Amino acid sequence: MEALVLQIVNGLDKGSAYALIALGLTLIFGTLGVVNFAHGALFMIGAFCAVTLSRLLTLSHVVIDDTKKDFLGNPSKVEVPYIYDFFGQATGDVIIDWAVPISILVAIPVMMLIGVAIERGLIKHFYKRAHADQILVTFGLAIVLQEIIKYFYGANPIPTPAPDAFRGSFDFGAMLGFDPNVIIYPYWRLVYFGFAAIVISAVFAFLQFTTFGMVVRAGMADRETVGLLGINIDKRFTIMFGLAAAVAGVAGVMYTPINSPNYHMGMDFLVLSFVVVVVGGMGSLLGAVLAGFLLGILESFASMGAVLEVLPGINQIILYVVAIIILLTRPRGLMGRAGVMED
Amino acid sequence: MLGLNRKDFQLLLLVIVLTALAPFFLNPFPVESSLAQFNAGYPDLMQRFVIFGIFAIGFNILFGLTGYLSFGHAAFLGAGSYAAIWMMKLLTMNIIPAVTLSIIVAGVFSLAVGFISLRRSGIYFSILTLAFAQMSYSLAYSVLTPITGGETGLQPKISDPRIFDGPLAAGASPRASLFGLEMNSTYEMAVGGWLFTFNVGYYIAAILMVISFYVAIRIFRSPFGLMLRAVKSNQNRLGYTGVSSRPYTLAAFVISGMYAGLAGGLLVAMDSQAGAERMFWTASGEVVLMTILGGAGTLIGPVLGAGLIKYLENIVSKINETVLTAWFDWMPSVLQDILVAVVYPFVGKGWHLTLGLMFMLVVIFLPGGLMEGLARIGALFSRKPKSSDDNVDGAAKPSPAE
Repeated sequence: MEALVLQIVNGLDKGSAYALIALGLTLIFGTLGVVNFAHGALFMIGAFCAVTLSRLLTLSHVVIDDTKKDFLGNPSKVEVPYIYDFFGQATGDVIIDWAVPISILVAIPVMMLIGVAIERGLIKHFYKRAHADQILVTFGLAIVLQEIIKYFYGANPIPTPAPDAFRGSFDFGAMLGFDPNVIIYPYWRLVYFGFAAIVISAVFAFLQFTTFGMVVRAGMADRETVGLLGINIDKRFTIMFGLAAAVAGVAGVMYTPINSPNYHMGMDFLVLSFVVVVVGGMGSLLGAVLAGFLLGILESFASMGAVLEVLPGINQIILYVVAIIILLTRPRGLMGRAGVMED
Repeated sequence: MLGLNRKDFQLLLLVIVLTALAPFFLNPFPVESSLAQFNAGYPDLMQRFVIFGIFAIGFNILFGLTGYLSFGHAAFLGAGSYAAIWMMKLLTMNIIPAVTLSIIVAGVFSLAVGFISLRRSGIYFSILTLAFAQMSYSLAYSVLTPITGGETGLQPKISDPRIFDGPLAAGASPRASLFGLEMNSTYEMAVGGWLFTFNVGYYIAAILMVISFYVAIRIFRSPFGLMLRAVKSNQNRLGYTGVSSRPYTLAAFVISGMYAGLAGGLLVAMDSQAGAERMFWTASGEVVLMTILGGAGTLIGPVLGAGLIKYLENIVSKINETVLTAWFDWMPSVLQDILVAVVYPFVGKGWHLTLGLMFMLVVIFLPGGLMEGLARIGALFSRKPKSSDDNVDGAAKPSPAE
């Protein structure tokens, strides 16, 4: 029982990332009908928003501190972040410590802007082209974005720690009434899961309970009719692309403390996210989210020692195996609609 | 001739002449000149031209004719590589069993993958092939390490059994050969300031590429090829006329898989090593790019695309800051610094950025690839000039893609 719970909670954080990326992919696919191979790159750019912000916050200038002497007896030079000058040292330290969560506020507008720019500048011209062309041009875009980040930030992973309060682990098992020290769980992963849950519910609520969301859903069902009713559906779909980019971006921001971001982290996630979307069913938002968590948990079960003894290496390929089985037995995925991508 | 019409035969002749004379025209600059770094006539690179040419020709039979976009063809190349290296370790360093088995193994593997993947079409097919390729890559890296060598890959060792070869002479290392003709033996010819290199491995690979090209022409012009085009243009209608398209697409998939296996086997024959990174999905993306860049569905396009990509990869990634500075040395120093700063991100380590940009530009403006570009340029000149004004206009602004 403990082992079971342990694997489920272990799968939650990866599952959350899969679910968030797959949600964005499905949003883009459902609204614009475009298969976006650059979505992993958007996740990566989000992560680098956090890196950039924490670098900006620690920008410092040199101050000569008369109270301290270095070994030659001269007054020593101390690097003081500019942020101390604005907010004082105590507040400044707190802000630097919370750089990652604060980056969300920066990442949302930045990613929205990037998303809208990509849609207006590039993808707009590909609606009428073959799906193969859309895949190829977004694949090219992903390479370009990735290389730009590599040029500015280098190829090595950049550690970006979580706030002090969330560093370390806690005894999750004891809270649930199991024996102590069986299920030790890092705080930040729980934060990530909670954050993913909030973002996902926010997106669903936005689509379900606002007029804007209602129009978008109508457009997903029948774009032409909505257009005939005198609604500028293209504009709304562009905004949805921005929203999907923002979802991927904040998913990347919050993922930085779990895995230090590097320039190819997006590509690593992208392939798996496609698998998630296919398993969930192309075009089904709920399917994408459920399949994300399901596959994340399945992956963590597959990496259990007992399973690996029977089927060595299964943890590497479980997602692909599941995708192949699902595609062959339930061609529309778990919750796919009829008529999506069936030509 | 050879069952080809006049035009195709001319094309085949052109390819034969180009590959045979490649050591000459790929080395247009004298060794001592500052432009010598643009020479591509060294054996390693020329071998890559023809081997990846084979790979792209095969991929084009699937993608160019049927329109099925496979994102997992590198898996077949990798499987062929592993098969070839094992033949070299177990039987003999002669490349014939190695290359033969690599084609067979890749064919069987692609039959299995194609049988499952081809149940779906469009984006699902792409994702299924991608999933299979990634699966093979992960397995080759982890569980299959006894067979694949994992991260270190495989190389022929002195201690390998090699039951057909006699014991190696003391101090000799195992080298790939064709009945004693070693792959890396070269003949160098110095003419004036020029140095031309003729490499055995290159010519063997080139002969195989010409044969592959000939087979591809025959497939393109056959009733079978026509069937594959029908799949691309309208699969539903094909179904309504009572033809099942699956045997045709599966055959195309297996043929292109065997081409990939041949390419993989030849890679091993040239450099005697195999590793899992050849199966990574960026390698699959690369062959897609070669085919698109040259022109999917055209005969010679993929070969040109493969050559261009491999050339740029080798040449552009070699340019560094010192070379750039030397180039722009004749300019005023301000201009020189600016130009170096602007160009630098795109060369050397930044080669992938250039690749990505090229990929996007080709897909956006030239979906038919280089061949379409050539056709457009040809059309500009062959059109009957109505007035000189017209022509200048047409040349000045190239028409957009759509």
